[in-house]
Amino acid sequence: MDLMTISATPAQDPAQARPRLRLATVWLAGCSGCHMSFLDLDEFLFELAEAVDIVYSPVASDTKIYPEQVDVCLVEGAVANVDNLELALTLRQRTALVISFGDCAISANVPGLRNLCSAPGRDSARTVLERGYLELADASAQLPFAPGIVPELLPKVLPLHEVIPVDLYLPGCPPSAERIRAAIAPLLVGQRPRMEGASMLRFG
Amino acid sequence: MVALPPCERPRLRCCAASGCRSAGARPLLAALRAAAAAGGTAPDGIAAGDQAADDISAGASAAPEPLEVRSVGCLRLCGEGPLVAWDGPEGTRLFGGLAPAAAAALVDQVRGLASLPLAADPALVSHQLDLEQPFFRLQRPLVLEGCGIVDPERIEAALAHGSYAQLRRVLHELSPEAVREQVRRSGLRGRGGGGYPTGLKWDTVALQPPGRRYVVCNADEGDPGAFMDRSVLEGDPHRLLEGMAIAAYAVGADHGYLYVRAEYPLAIERLRLALQQARQQGLLGPSIAGTAFALELEVRVGAGAYVCGEETALLHSIQGQRGIPRTRPPYPAQAGLWGAPTLINNVETFAAVPVILRQGGDWYAAIGSEGSRGTKVFSLSGAIRHTGLVEVPMGISLRTVVETMGGGDPDGGAVKAVQTGGPSGGCIPADLLDTPVDFESLLSLGSMMGSGGMVVIGQGTAMPEVARHFMAFSVNESCGKCVPCRAGTVQLLALLDRFVEQRATAADLEALEALCAMVKATSLCGLGQAAPNPVLSTLRHFRQEYTAALGPGS
Amino acid sequence: MSVVTLQVDGRDVAVPAGSTLLQAIRAAGLSVPTLCDLEGLEPVGACRLCLVELEGSQRLLPACASEASEGQVIRTDTAQLQGYRRMAVELFFAEGNHVCAFCVANGTCELQDVAVAVGMDHSRFPYQYPQRSVDASHPRFSLDHNRCILCTRCVRVCDQIEGAHVWDVAERGSDCRIVAGLDQPWGEVDACTSCGKCVDVCPTGALFAKEDTTAEKHPHPERAGQLRRAREQRQWIS
Ligand SMILES: Cc1cc2nc3c(=O)[nH]c(=O)nc-3n(C[C@H](O)[C@H](O)[C@H](O)COP(=O)(O)O)c2cc1C
Ligand code: SF4
Ligand code: SF4
Ligand code: SF4
Ligand code: SF4
Ligand code: FES
Ligand code: FES
Repeated sequence: MDLMTISATPAQDPAQARPRLRLATVWLAGCSGCHMSFLDLDEFLFELAEAVDIVYSPVASDTKIYPEQVDVCLVEGAVANVDNLELALTLRQRTALVISFGDCAISANVPGLRNLCSAPGRDSARTVLERGYLELADASAQLPFAPGIVPELLPKVLPLHEVIPVDLYLPGCPPSAERIRAAIAPLLVGQRPRMEGASMLRFG
Repeated sequence: MVALPPCERPRLRCCAASGCRSAGARPLLAALRAAAAAGGTAPDGIAAGDQAADDISAGASAAPEPLEVRSVGCLRLCGEGPLVAWDGPEGTRLFGGLAPAAAAALVDQVRGLASLPLAADPALVSHQLDLEQPFFRLQRPLVLEGCGIVDPERIEAALAHGSYAQLRRVLHELSPEAVREQVRRSGLRGRGGGGYPTGLKWDTVALQPPGRRYVVCNADEGDPGAFMDRSVLEGDPHRLLEGMAIAAYAVGADHGYLYVRAEYPLAIERLRLALQQARQQGLLGPSIAGTAFALELEVRVGAGAYVCGEETALLHSIQGQRGIPRTRPPYPAQAGLWGAPTLINNVETFAAVPVILRQGGDWYAAIGSEGSRGTKVFSLSGAIRHTGLVEVPMGISLRTVVETMGGGDPDGGAVKAVQTGGPSGGCIPADLLDTPVDFESLLSLGSMMGSGGMVVIGQGTAMPEVARHFMAFSVNESCGKCVPCRAGTVQLLALLDRFVEQRATAADLEALEALCAMVKATSLCGLGQAAPNPVLSTLRHFRQEYTAALGPGS
Repeated sequence: MSVVTLQVDGRDVAVPAGSTLLQAIRAAGLSVPTLCDLEGLEPVGACRLCLVELEGSQRLLPACASEASEGQVIRTDTAQLQGYRRMAVELFFAEGNHVCAFCVANGTCELQDVAVAVGMDHSRFPYQYPQRSVDASHPRFSLDHNRCILCTRCVRVCDQIEGAHVWDVAERGSDCRIVAGLDQPWGEVDACTSCGKCVDVCPTGALFAKEDTTAEKHPHPERAGQLRRAREQRQWIS
């Protein structure tokens, strides 16, 4: 996605002329480490708060419903259950620039390890549920079933870009605060960050 | 050839090659021999014909003349097997699909003892095949000259048919350089798929610094649907050995290997027998045909990995190593077996050599077309009426081979495409059937000559499925050494699954094309480099079948 | 010593005859990504990352396994090559099970390095999640097949430098895997001298010392070249 579409005004006096960026952060199937790293931005968080409106975030907003017309969304985590999937589809529709935030969003990473556990003829969701709730149960073995309360697992954990188109990838497990800052700062002035070199790209 | 000139003494030739064996040739051959023996003097089981041919049983002549029942190699129309040819004063008649129970009726006909004329003999009449049909008439047997005529298990038969005459002549009359000159002039190009000029390859080996050299025959024939080399091995192994020996002389080799896949047990058996017989006759071993030229040939049995047909992998395998290709250069002609210059040619390439020396390089070069001289053997299979083996001059149109000779679709439908070159080749659509069969024309259509497998595809077959079929083959046969082939083919297969299952997106189509280009350009050996060809050629000629498979999402 | 001169990305460079294109590229002060190649080991040309374009030829050449020759004009970094290299690295990631976050080689891994070098920020090819195992039977080292990229450095160093030939490759295609001895647990292979060279040269977190945990691997790929040079130049013999 072209960054020009998210910052309409050309730049003589960028800070003044530009409308405040509507930023969201989303937590799918991840450990929240990426969000913790985001919070490690320390003072930059104040700068950020000046420049953007955080319209949806597990760490900085109380909104429960993903809003319309979001400019930038950082998505942590893989897509592992039906809730993840629904949110991913929604945010894609309502967001100009979607960022896969961290290795789990990019490659399914640790949550994706579940994909390795699939008994013949059964998907990994069934295999891990049966293992966890039936085979290893001491008493009252029972598969969890609470429609509408406990989201159902997808048969396979997927990276975000296999579910929706993604505009930018910010690798790392978690991406360091410096890397997050280096990726976000250009966005604030309507530029696309240069995701190059070990400081920006290295996985892990 | 199948039809022979009229002969005084009648004779039966029963194909006992793999194709007909799978259709019941062995019991038929036994029944024919029993029937022939029953009327003659030979007691149970002993083949009257074998003795008759050697003329050692000439004295014993009480009852009817002994009838020769000869076991021969492929009689071409394998799809109608088991085939039996009856040679007699009226020429040759051909029968297909006879059951052992019909053997006695046939022998009675041959002997003139039948109560009904052939045309009214219920056991035979519906089995007689037309030898005048284009399938036979348009063939030009050079490599297969003796296949179907000689008994492949008897060197006497091969010798009587002219085998080893050129080897003897060459050893006594021609210098190695003069031999290579004839091969160069013939314009012969390698029949193993690549089409590399044979004379040039021989020169390259011969002109390496002095030292040991090897000859190797590539009889790995791994292309699905290809059985040309097998037919030579099973039907006329001495022709191959002669060609190889001439090659060894021409390049200065005294040791060689025939690398045959283990899935060809009959070929291996006959080749071993042929080697033994040739040694006994002084046509292999030390001082061949009374000259100083010596040659030892050994059979090496491959475990049936397609990639072991690739020359460097094949050489590794002969050396007892893992059969994986290596980067070239150095080419085997420069550094092959144990580092020595090594000539490696395909079965059919070697088998074309005796006729080239007999008739001269120029004579051979006059057959075929510019750039693709001589004849080529193809195995026809798939959605076609006449399945079998054809040897035709190069430059003949695909249409002639597939429609005129092959008889087109068995159900009368239109041919949709012709697949040549196996998993390395591509599909040529029906509207391009007038393309001449030569190396360059097939390449320019995104297919290739390959080793000679020709699979006809009928209207009912979807092209993405064809592509997936071949990709699955490449996935299984990749040696795993280099990443584009090892992992790229797996991803290509997954993408093709999406097209076959009608859930692909426009992005998948883009990814498919990009990855095909990458695998083709970056794979280490011909297997990976050619693995995308079935996809690329079907994308080129049948793109609408891919775009029609895009799911609703795109 | 005879010399060949050639041009790499517009720079003229002279190298001793018999040098590889990779050596010429490096002599010109340039680089191409490599994984299977390692100084001191015979090249195999397997990873295909070092492919370069040769003017006047359709075919790409593996720089590590091609001899430099007089007058060649080589290009190492065209858009086409960049595209192919990135795909190759994505294929490597997708065919194994790479979770850098808890990998012993995190931070020192050459696969990570080349991913950075080719600008790979994600894999366009779906991960395959192959079922692979870990061999921890050796008293000092482990082999985690999930991270093996089949570069065969371990095979070659053990054969060509250590002379023990413990490792080889079994199966074919995507089933390929490194095997010890006659496909035995590594710890049961008597031929292994526990020299650790295979661990030193392994570019990934596949081979590692047992005492090392996440991000603690200290690879020593330079040792293969040092040993070979020392032997060939008899550096330790007076
Ligand atoms: C994957 C692969 C499989 C091959 N299989 C065969 C084969 O089965 N028979 C054969 O003669 N050549 C095969 N070739 C070609 C050989 O590498 C080699 O070019 C050929 O044997 C040379 O003989 P020619 O010059 O007489 O054709 C194969 C090549 C590749 C890349
Ligand atoms: S292209 Fe395929 S068969 Fe050839 S070396 Fe590479 S992996 Fe092996
Ligand atoms: S081997 Fe390298 S790429 Fe693979 S998980 Fe370990 S650090 Fe990551
Ligand atoms: S430790 Fe040494 S001897 Fe043992 S497998 Fe590794 S390189 Fe070979
Ligand atoms: S174990 Fe390491 S050195 Fe050996 S092939 Fe695998 S990645 Fe290469
Ligand atoms: S095998 Fe008998 S006719 Fe071909
Ligand atoms: S470094 Fe040259 S192919 Fe791997």
